[in-house]
Amino acid sequence: MFEMRDRISGTSAAGNSKMKEKDRGRAAAGSSFFCLFFFCLFSTIFYFSCSLRPGQKGITVAGSTSIQPFADQWAEVFMARFPGRVINVQGGGSSAGIQAAMTGAAQIGMSSRELKPEEKVLKEFIVAWDGLAIIVHPSNPIDNLSLEKVREIFAGRILSWKEVGGPDRKIHVVTREEGSGTRGAFQEMVMHKERITKKAIVQDSNGTVREVVAGDPYAIGYISLGLLEPRVKAIKLDGIEPSFENVVRSNYKLIRPFILVTNGEPAGEVSDFIQFILSEEGQKLIQKQGLIPAKLAMSGETEGK
Amino acid sequence: MKIREDREKFIRLLLLAIALSAISILALISIFIFSEGLPIMFRRGIKAFLLSSDWYPTEGHFGLLPMIVGSLLVTAGAMIIGIPLGLAGAVYLTQFSSKKVRMVVKPMIELLAGIPSVVYGFIGVVILVPFVRDNFGGPGFSILTASLILGIMILPTILSISIDSLLALPPTYREGSIALGATEWQTTRLVLLPAARSGIIAGIILGMGRAVGETMAVIMIAGNATSLPRSILDPVRTLTSNIALEMSYASGEHRQALFATGVILFIIIMILNTIANLTSKRMSS
Repeated sequence: MFEMRDRISGTSAAGNSKMKEKDRGRAAAGSSFFCLFFFCLFSTIFYFSCSLRPGQKGITVAGSTSIQPFADQWAEVFMARFPGRVINVQGGGSSAGIQAAMTGAAQIGMSSRELKPEEKVLKEFIVAWDGLAIIVHPSNPIDNLSLEKVREIFAGRILSWKEVGGPDRKIHVVTREEGSGTRGAFQEMVMHKERITKKAIVQDSNGTVREVVAGDPYAIGYISLGLLEPRVKAIKLDGIEPSFENVVRSNYKLIRPFILVTNGEPAGEVSDFIQFILSEEGQKLIQKQGLIPAKLAMSGETEGK
Repeated sequence: MKIREDREKFIRLLLLAIALSAISILALISIFIFSEGLPIMFRRGIKAFLLSSDWYPTEGHFGLLPMIVGSLLVTAGAMIIGIPLGLAGAVYLTQFSSKKVRMVVKPMIELLAGIPSVVYGFIGVVILVPFVRDNFGGPGFSILTASLILGIMILPTILSISIDSLLALPPTYREGSIALGATEWQTTRLVLLPAARSGIIAGIILGMGRAVGETMAVIMIAGNATSLPRSILDPVRTLTSNIALEMSYASGEHRQALFATGVILFIIIMILNTIANLTSKRMSS
């Protein structure tokens, strides 16, 4: 980059040899920035005009940022398997994805929360299950809490680890931002009608919640089960470990569906893609990432949908 | 002769158009923010926005008081750290150090301004947050941590503008003062700093603008809690972080409430700038 700038300024300075010595450097710098600017502009235009292939149809998948990385993988493998098919995966959040599927802005919407009654007009496909793990620092002596205790901690009614059998230190509650699908699922399954305390530290992704808890011996948070790492400790809930087997046998309570929605019965490419996701190959892809395949876990609550 | 006049006229018009385009962009931004944010503020009542500390946007509670307090406290903290450091540095580098030291140190401090804010945030999370938690208590994500990082972020702005305005003073000021028997410190304090005041205040205003508007670093280290802070070790959320944190998922009234946050941020920045301009005018008259 610097080399190029030098070269450009070199040539333009030579071209303006009549200019006063003093002004030359400044003009050269100006014109080199000018050249750089246009270089960037044209390469951007070139790049996008290359990636737009006119006449090719594609489908758009939009919604939950929790599902997005998995949808990206499905799309990648699907496109490699069927050359010529184009699938665009976009984020935007569960609500936006459902909205997009309704209005037709996207052929498929992704939701990491259950649909609300007014959204039930859409056709839903459960493509995977994800557990929510309650995490603490590995040095924390607590490794089991009841669902009620977790609720009281996140509601701000239990303030010290001492009240649940730990050290006499304040609990640092970590939560996700308002509107997040993970927070929505936690609210629904753990908090019910109660509010998460206002004093909670708010982070805007699973990863940053995990970072905070990994660094703070007195923190507690919740993340997607697939994103557990040894740097944080997932606690047992009512004595049940958040393991793959327990989620499959639906012993572990905190699980949520990953749902794809379409407006009406899917057809053509859309149907092909959903079938691919639900095929053995598509399901294996996500099982490797720590998600639970759609057919394995069927909690009583959602059975028969 | 005629051609030259025409050219002058053309260039004048061209420059006018360019100047107006900058203003029109400002106008467009203001119109957009206000038209998106004001309706919900009037519908819910401005009081509900400014005086309530309940921020539950999905339930229809839009109290922005904790964020307003958060923004003001974090900015004030950054100023408390940034101004003395910046001024002291500028005084040393212009009055007491050799020219060689200045030629090395000033560009290095100006490099600080080129570091992306996400890098400051990352350093804050990895080093400063655990340091504050272990040495002062609390969760580490706090007003104190955010103020420290922001203070360092605004330091180069304050420092380099102060240096430039001190160097722009005619050398006779200094020489005259020394000739009258004043010490170097007296000269700096009583003659040079007051003379360079308007430039220094401009630097402080720019630094303050950066502190109020900073988003990424603050999201990473301030903790973003929506409660009113009780001490400087409590986590806070600023107005800018409120918008950035929740924009990606917000829809309907929630989204409008985030625009209302933008309206309030806009007004606060206007007020701060006006106060700063007025004080600088009063001090120079």
